[in-house]
Amino acid sequence: MTRRELPINDDGDVVRVRQLVRSVAVDARLSLVEQTKLVTAASELARNTLTYGGGGAATVEHITNGTKSGVRAIFRDKGPGIADLDLALTDGYTSGKGLGLGLGGARRLVDEFSVESSPGSGTTVTVTKWAR
Amino acid sequence: MDSVPILKIGDVLLVSIQTDLQDEAVMALQESLAERISSTGASGVIIDISVLDVVDSFAGRMLATVAAISRVLDAETVVVGMRPAVAITLVEMGLSLDGIKTALDLERGMRLLSGDGALA
Ligand SMILES: Nc1ncnc2c1ncn2[C@@H]1O[C@H](COP(=O)(O)OP(=O)(O)O)[C@@H](O)[C@H]1O
Ligand SMILES: [Mg+2]
Repeated sequence: MTRRELPINDDGDVVRVRQLVRSVAVDARLSLVEQTKLVTAASELARNTLTYGGGGAATVEHITNGTKSGVRAIFRDKGPGIADLDLALTDGYTSGKGLGLGLGGARRLVDEFSVESSPGSGTTVTVTKWAR
Repeated sequence: MDSVPILKIGDVLLVSIQTDLQDEAVMALQESLAERISSTGASGVIIDISVLDVVDSFAGRMLATVAAISRVLDAETVVVGMRPAVAITLVEMGLSLDGIKTALDLERGMRLLSGDGALA
């Protein structure tokens, strides 16, 4: 199945990640609303990778589980990590000048959401969205 | 960097977002819009986002900032053309766009502003 990796090192890369996620979501037959939710979540996570992780990469793949079809996207960086994940997921919390809705919003927009992070070892966020 | 054209229609400035805006283009838009509001005395700003298939919190903050700048310069902002899937996503994400007026399309946006006296 399609599995592609893109670097996230500047603004243009965030746009390219959005476009890749969109095209894989179309392949996976997500509805327009599902596509839009997933692409929005991916945009938030890619921007976090860039802004807070100091850059990294995204891997996007079309996955299946029995008859189910979906998209998995993984965002990785080797930045400072997230010390307090509950705090980071709190709506409105930002350590920068964002709206603080990226992580919490992304979690609400997808079906499966996980974060692996510890101070000093970087951050990996994995999201999955299934076609209904 | 693509610059965003700003059209003047009567008392209203119309900004049609063409593509995904990157940071620099957003800064440039905010500056040129502020200049145009003050040089034309426009009392309304319409931002057409009908081509945007995604509005994330970065773009949402951009819209809110533009609206805030306009308000300080005594102009009212209306965002028009938001796609239904984008609206559903924004609500689920919790991005309320507080303080930003919206209208379904350009015509309704113009009417909303004229109702507020912007075209009077
Ligand atoms: N990849 C990351 N590496 C380190 N910290 C992160 C990362 N992603 C998010 N964070 C932390 O979580 C906070 C909340 O993120 P988010 O909800 O996207 O809001 P915002 O981007 O507006 O700050 C960020 O301000 C940052 O402190
Ligand atoms: Mg964020």
